[in-house]
Amino acid sequence: MVEVLLFILRRLGRLLLTVWLISTIIFFVIRVIPGDPALVIAGVDASAEDVAAIRARIGTDRPLASQYFDWLWRVARFDFGTSLSSGQPVTGLILERFGLTLSLALLGLLISLVVALPLGVVSAVRRWSFWDYLGMVFSQLGMAVPSFWLGILLLLALAVKVPLFPLFGSGSLRHLVLPAVALGIARAAVLLRLTRVSMVEELAKEYVITARAKGLTERLVKYKHALRNGLLPVVTIAGIQLGYMLGGAIIIEQVFSLPGLGRLFLFAVYQRDFPLIQGGVVFVAFAFSLINFLVDILYSVLNPRIRVG
Amino acid sequence: MAETLLSIRGLKVSFRGRDGSESRALRGIDLDVARGEVHSLVGESGSGKTLTAVCVLGLLPVPPARIEAGSIRFQGVELIGLPEAERRKLRGRRIGMVFQEPSKYLNPAMRVGEQILEALVLHLGLTRNEARLRAGELLELVGLPGGRRVLRRYPHELSGGMRQRVMIAMAVSCDPVLLIADEPTTALDVTLQRQILRLLLELRERLGMAILFVSHDLAVVHGISERISVIYCGKIVESGSRERVFARPLHPYTQALLASIPQASRRGTRLRAIPGTVPDASHVPAGCAFHPRCPLAVERCREEVPRLLDYAGNGGTPREAAADRSETGETHLAACHLVGT
Repeated sequence: MVEVLLFILRRLGRLLLTVWLISTIIFFVIRVIPGDPALVIAGVDASAEDVAAIRARIGTDRPLASQYFDWLWRVARFDFGTSLSSGQPVTGLILERFGLTLSLALLGLLISLVVALPLGVVSAVRRWSFWDYLGMVFSQLGMAVPSFWLGILLLLALAVKVPLFPLFGSGSLRHLVLPAVALGIARAAVLLRLTRVSMVEELAKEYVITARAKGLTERLVKYKHALRNGLLPVVTIAGIQLGYMLGGAIIIEQVFSLPGLGRLFLFAVYQRDFPLIQGGVVFVAFAFSLINFLVDILYSVLNPRIRVG
Repeated sequence: MAETLLSIRGLKVSFRGRDGSESRALRGIDLDVARGEVHSLVGESGSGKTLTAVCVLGLLPVPPARIEAGSIRFQGVELIGLPEAERRKLRGRRIGMVFQEPSKYLNPAMRVGEQILEALVLHLGLTRNEARLRAGELLELVGLPGGRRVLRRYPHELSGGMRQRVMIAMAVSCDPVLLIADEPTTALDVTLQRQILRLLLELRERLGMAILFVSHDLAVVHGISERISVIYCGKIVESGSRERVFARPLHPYTQALLASIPQASRRGTRLRAIPGTVPDASHVPAGCAFHPRCPLAVERCREEVPRLLDYAGNGGTPREAAADRSETGETHLAACHLVGT
């Protein structure tokens, strides 16, 4: 029990370290790249006094160390200041959009798992069967077809020709189905290959022979003994993919006109909205680390060997 | 000889390679294991000893392997051709198996208790709770005091010796009549080897099972076996009681194996290794497979495959090996043209 607690604490420490590193990097990168935010805000025609006033307001006139510690303190409180373009608090803007992105990412992951796991496992158990070939064709296509194109195709087929789903907008689960499918298929293709490879590997291991030597049925040998080990790498990669999707699926959100994080950040870059960019990067890094942290915990529950190391 | 438990006759197994090549891994194995005896099957790696054990369990991967001929009778029932569902009822129930490397042969993601109790639930119809109690007792039986606590451990949390004990507990959980132990001590250090061997013999006494002990190490085999069969290139070349095989080995291969055991009395002299290597199963020499390495080989050895004959009778005159050896009393079989010459 103490062991488990220590493990969790260690991973939590790593999470905080990651967020701190990202915050630090983004802080200095923003200050190193050319362009004074005060000048951007004030505009080209502004007087030196105006620019100085703005500098004083946003704090860039103070010593770097003082700015840095101030920034860290604000990061710790999840306060990223106010957006330059809208004048609203950055944290509020992000959280407002986050619900949609999170739902989209979770639904996308769910769809990819539902497709990839059964097909990947069957492909491995019945190698060179119909299902295996189906899986191969699916994963080749899934990896080759760009998801925005798939999204457009889905819209044409299921929103225009046969209007089962809304064409754009958000607010209900039905709005999310098509973008989640478009997003999930590409992930499913990767997860399917991974599941198959991992299961094939496990089925060739010695403990499988032991399980057979006990007289267990093939079903127990494969789906109890091998599957438990075979899904371990899939958990990790699925977690990483969820993390990526949380950063916002910019292209998919664009295709389906969804007001998610991806579009918010894209907008922030167009507008040179530095507080929003900074806040966005730190937020995404935090979300990504948090997912990884949770996946690590889940992984350690599934794979007892990991806790020792 | 006591009642025959396992009787293998003329077992031939071949593997077909991807390039279409054929390797004859077992070239007609004859082997008898009597009820309750410790029978060692000794040979170098690649000789087919593990494969023979795998065939008895019915775990031969078909394809690429193929049983070409032969019979395996266990408790009077022919196993070759027996439906898989029937064979499965024997595995883990009447025939237990202990493997070489417990660290690889235990499922790393499953608690030890779960791995032991599965067979109990499956074969003996115990409830999970009953099976858990029984699994705890089994761990005590194999010398893991506080077995109940070990049940909750994962394999990686145990030492090598403990893992092998767990493996043994699993194999004997359903009170089998035959335990196949495939090099159970090879992956362990010497002090542990002794403990594990002693444990196996103890369990044999208590449970009355026969042990087919597969090993490459005649020195290990000497301490435990009642009967020894020597396998070379997928064929039994000699089989007899331990006393006979060690005192009067008939086959030159057995003689060479015995001479290669390091002995304190020969301290300071060179180890006598057998020259050459075991031929590959896809290129088995014609005639007696051992002839290229045999110091005594004559023309006949290169041409004619020697038959397994019984030399236990008076004056060393060979007899045909009886089909049912349970009637014939003591036997000492060898497959060599030169015995008695």
